[in-house]
Amino acid sequence: MAFLQAVAKKGETSTKRRSLLPYLLLLPGMVWLIFFFLLPILTLVSTSTKTPGLGIGEFDQTYRFANFWDALVNSHTQFLRSFVYAGIATFAALLIAYPLAYAIAFKSGRWKNVLLVLVVAPFFTSFILRTIAWKQILGGQGIGFKALVWLHIVGADSHVTASTFAVIAGLTYNFLPFMTLPLYSSLERIDPRTMEASGDLYANALTTFRKVTLPLSMPGVVAGTLLTFIPAAGDYVNAEILGNPNTKMIGNVINSRYLQIVDYPTAAALSFTLMVAILIVVTLYIRKAGTEDLV
Amino acid sequence: MRKATRWFSRNLIRIYAVLGFTYLFIPVLYTFAFSFNNSVKSNLVWRGFTWNNWRNPCGAPDICNALGNSLKIGVIATFIATILGTLIAFALGRYAFKGKGIVNMLIFLPMATPELVLGASLLTMFLNFGFNPGFLTIVIAHVMFCISFVVVTVKARIASLDPRLEQAAMDLYADERETFRRITLPLVAPGIAGAALLAFSLSFDDFIITNFNSGNVNTFPKFVYISAERGLPPQANVIGSSMFFIALIVVLLGQVVQRRRKVS
Repeated sequence: MAFLQAVAKKGETSTKRRSLLPYLLLLPGMVWLIFFFLLPILTLVSTSTKTPGLGIGEFDQTYRFANFWDALVNSHTQFLRSFVYAGIATFAALLIAYPLAYAIAFKSGRWKNVLLVLVVAPFFTSFILRTIAWKQILGGQGIGFKALVWLHIVGADSHVTASTFAVIAGLTYNFLPFMTLPLYSSLERIDPRTMEASGDLYANALTTFRKVTLPLSMPGVVAGTLLTFIPAAGDYVNAEILGNPNTKMIGNVINSRYLQIVDYPTAAALSFTLMVAILIVVTLYIRKAGTEDLV
Repeated sequence: MRKATRWFSRNLIRIYAVLGFTYLFIPVLYTFAFSFNNSVKSNLVWRGFTWNNWRNPCGAPDICNALGNSLKIGVIATFIATILGTLIAFALGRYAFKGKGIVNMLIFLPMATPELVLGASLLTMFLNFGFNPGFLTIVIAHVMFCISFVVVTVKARIASLDPRLEQAAMDLYADERETFRRITLPLVAPGIAGAALLAFSLSFDDFIITNFNSGNVNTFPKFVYISAERGLPPQANVIGSSMFFIALIVVLLGQVVQRRRKVS
């Protein structure tokens, strides 16, 4: 009897230890995220309803929710513009990245790993350096601009940079690897025999793509578009380097409110609105695309 | 002629891929080419070939200090984020427990939040607590945004493991600890290495979050951004290009090592 009790007790402690283990594994990382992600977001929310105090950079909590309204009235153009630019850039990146990922997954043979590395490699030449490079290539004295003039694509007295086109092209370029990698990993998981089977059943290449390949790669499409759209909507570097005053995005407004004007409540209200707006768009999109298991 | 069009349509996707890579690499090639420019003030117009910038990469004021900070921050942040993220990935990939949904949410949210909001909110908190931004706050911020990416990468690797390998080890009388040490960990290791590489590249290239939380501390992207207004020194091109080549060599060596191991 005592023996049985001891066994039961031993079993109990070992299951208890087992049920504690996942929490122990989670603890350090979760503490980090709670203190340096969740808590800051809450601070941001509380700052967003403050009003200026006596000194510069001092603010008192007055629960002025009208801050949100004021901020939106003043910056709704830039808000809308950010979402439009990010949407177009995401779509363009999808069109460029899909065939690229497809070629790496199915047509690259033993070069597959090398090509995958090459997709990520430009990251290491600092993205700001690359964005400035585009500005110089397509600027008035740049070789790219001269080539375009020579090809009669643009006029000699026109300009390519400092335009809406340049900002969207910059966003497309910068987030292309974020689109390509998830697309590749979901394409790579497709069993090529499913495509062969489709061909055996007299589907032509286009039908096979539409009915087999594309639906099977949807998780990659969803992940890629999110990883492109989210950072693009909050970006201000491309608009700063490649744009003009009429292409300012919400990121530029928040950045200058924070670091130049020192108007923390407005900046916080705009940041929080941006975060919520993106979460709403993302949730609706995931619902529509029908893949819940992203993470 | 018909032969040519047939070749074209058969290789369309390859031609497209070549064009895609060209697009991706134009600014990298441009940066590399202009690292040899004998420029005077700004590095805008080609003024002839020189080795001088490569001979003296620290020639521009503060550039190597900024690069050193970026490398230090990258290594420390990668180290911490890889450990914390891998632990979480094992908890999520291997155990059922209460509150898993909340944990998944907390991992997903930082990735669904624009960098600008992450940076601004952290700065707001630091200022509220009277904490001066500097080296430490950059490391804190970088670990924070790298954790989620490490979790996702390592978790994918754990999920792709064949459970029969671990069962086989147990059948051969290995206890839980030994199975983990000799079977699970070596199999997950490439995923952890990939996650660390991803974390380092995200940290090294980050500008937006860093710019908010860096105070007076300079990093390489920050250096580039600030000096671009006055004209970028060609040394920035030298360092950008070298980092590109170093990363390429490291990754390709890793590939060779992995292939050799598979063969043996």
